[in-house]
Amino acid sequence: MRMPGARIVLECLKRQGVDLIFGLPGGAVLPIYDALYDFKGLRHILVRQEAAAGHAAEGYARTSGRVGVCLVTSGPAATNLVTALQDAMMDSIPIVAFTGQVPTHLIGNDAFQEADNVGITRPCTKHNFLVKDGNDLGPIIREAFHIASTGRPGPVHVDLPKDILVKEWDLIWPDQVHMRSYNPNYEGHPGQIKRAAKLLARAKQPVLYVGGGVISADASAELRELAELGQFPVTQTLMGLGSFPMEHPLSLDMLGMHGSYYANMAVHHSDVLVAVGARFDDRVTGRVDAFAPNAEIVHIDIDPSSISKNIKVGVPIVGDCRRVLVKLVEALREELRDESPPTVREARRQWAALIAQWKRDFPFQYEWSDDVVKPQYVVQEISNATGGEAFIVTGVGQHQMWAAQYYKFKHPRMWCTSGGLGTMGYGLPTAMGVQAANPGKLVINIDGDGSFQMNSQELATCFTEGLPVKTVIINNSGHGMVRQWQRIIYKERYCAIDLPGIPDWVRLAEAYGCVGLRVTKPSELVPAIEKMISTPAPVVLDVCVDKDECVFPMVPAGGANTDMILALPTRDVRDKAAKSQTGF
Amino acid sequence: MQNGNDPRKHTIAVLVENKFGVLSRVAGLFSARGYNIESLSVGETLDPSVSRMTLVVRGDEFVIEQVTKQLHKLIDVIKVTDLTDESHVEREMVLIRVNAEPSNRAEILRTADIFRARVVDVTPVSFVLEATGDEGKLEALIELLRPMGIQELVRTGKVAIARGPKTRVRRVEPPRKPRVTDDPKVVGFAD
Repeated sequence: MRMPGARIVLECLKRQGVDLIFGLPGGAVLPIYDALYDFKGLRHILVRQEAAAGHAAEGYARTSGRVGVCLVTSGPAATNLVTALQDAMMDSIPIVAFTGQVPTHLIGNDAFQEADNVGITRPCTKHNFLVKDGNDLGPIIREAFHIASTGRPGPVHVDLPKDILVKEWDLIWPDQVHMRSYNPNYEGHPGQIKRAAKLLARAKQPVLYVGGGVISADASAELRELAELGQFPVTQTLMGLGSFPMEHPLSLDMLGMHGSYYANMAVHHSDVLVAVGARFDDRVTGRVDAFAPNAEIVHIDIDPSSISKNIKVGVPIVGDCRRVLVKLVEALREELRDESPPTVREARRQWAALIAQWKRDFPFQYEWSDDVVKPQYVVQEISNATGGEAFIVTGVGQHQMWAAQYYKFKHPRMWCTSGGLGTMGYGLPTAMGVQAANPGKLVINIDGDGSFQMNSQELATCFTEGLPVKTVIINNSGHGMVRQWQRIIYKERYCAIDLPGIPDWVRLAEAYGCVGLRVTKPSELVPAIEKMISTPAPVVLDVCVDKDECVFPMVPAGGANTDMILALPTRDVRDKAAKSQTGF
Repeated sequence: MQNGNDPRKHTIAVLVENKFGVLSRVAGLFSARGYNIESLSVGETLDPSVSRMTLVVRGDEFVIEQVTKQLHKLIDVIKVTDLTDESHVEREMVLIRVNAEPSNRAEILRTADIFRARVVDVTPVSFVLEATGDEGKLEALIELLRPMGIQELVRTGKVAIARGPKTRVRRVEPPRKPRVTDDPKVVGFAD
């Protein structure tokens, strides 16, 4: 069947099961938009800036478990999209991004709106394609979706020259994808799984450290089974939040730089540490030579290059988290058939008591105030109001950490945050994608005033496309996380951090057709959150909070996890932190 | 991560899809992750859809493990083999244009003869020598020619192959009928 390339692209998307794309038109992709004019069964959401299309696709992918799709034009559109691609790359989010390109005969000619798209996106995608022959359109799109969604998921970019979109080609749609150079390994090695089970059965101070891989592999149920079978405490990374219910007695909440005291202490003192779908990121490990010094480490990951990259691992298991956990539970059940020795049982009892003690003594905490709203309180009240059943998205900064610390996550795939890249402005566009993937559900974007400002234009998209995203701005009139570091580590030499009350968020929201609310006192918060949730339109709730509040606990970068600061430090500690950070 | 052992040179053979952009994917990986390539050579294999790269990389065991894993992670990479600790043969070719004053000509030719280098261009004042061998041999030749005045020098980078019976050829080709254009003189050309 012959048809124009543009039509082939849409037909392929339909065959791939895509029902929604985020995009922004322009010269090079006009043929696709022309084909879209009367194409049935594909919803297009028009964003206001291209990076937002990428982030929206990420939000769609993370919460639906399907591949997110975005479509933008050549040149500046493609370069705008790069941030979202790298974001998806670092957080292993499956998206397929289409960009336009100048006609093939003009490539390399410095044509209008030309950029070396595949050259630019090469290091920030899992793979990319430049379509040079229209007959390859079908096979390439098929492979793009296959690569994005299998193995360790990630972004795939397809560059489409305009002449390929205009000319007629055969629609070729392969039944199967076979690639001799790409065959991810899903089944973990049985011998290694047995070794891991033996270690866990005999462990005196075990901890499970779980990350985003558990969510990508839909392995939460299996994880819970393993944890409950062996009564293993579970700590989650920023990307892994939701993979294990926070209110579960075995939950240690988040670990790492702003993780809980008890999680970091438990990991530090563990004798068997099982990492599942996590990558020993520097924000988790702190100083690597001081990370879990006495632990035998088991690492389950689909990506072999994650294993022994930062931390030497004793028992590597390459495979899909869910399949490996199923086998591990079986193997552990086998190991636990014989009752464990009394020494182990006694050690486990003491370990549980020690963790309970840490949890009691050093919970996440902040000082209450009757006059000024504490940011942590905002997250707590959102958590209370939603019962952990809302989709939560964040920007990047202090508010992101407070959201991670104080929201009681219950389910996987209900939390989107920019973990690896730390992309400010991620919140609103991603929330938009989440809302589009989950119509009728409550989506709350917990954002900062600095972060929100980087993509606030998307309020227009929310309004026009009927996406009632609720944004709560934790407004501390500045770049709070930078301020915190300047305060603690750079001796209060505050520089370039003030965002003094501009714009007026309520009026900005109204200018975009959304509802704006403001809270300045703690007593106003709960009614405002209730009003926000019950409003059917997109809402911006501007909460003016204590700007001096810092995120604690905190492990200064370059410090060991045991060097954790629990409250605003004394001058001595500050000097020490400054030294470890800046070297003087 | 502590470095278990000292950095040394590794010779890594990489089979890749013969598609445009593959070389830059490999080169980009090295620059992005801060690894150094000492030499790199690329050529088609028996199967024209597959190219083979020979990389020489310096690093300790930990770096080399990451290099091979990261290479393998590239979608277009079919197979990665570290030949260093396997029995293998390595060769590199060098072309050297060296000053050839009348007083030195005989000495240069003698040296070339000892190293089984061939003279591939002659002028009244210079020779171009072509030599093949492993790194040590080429270094020795260059050192001996240096006092004569090397004008210019170009090296191909290393290629390497495992010794038999192990082979990295991906398919056995049926015996080819000799074509009339096959020049018998070319057979046995290599020393």
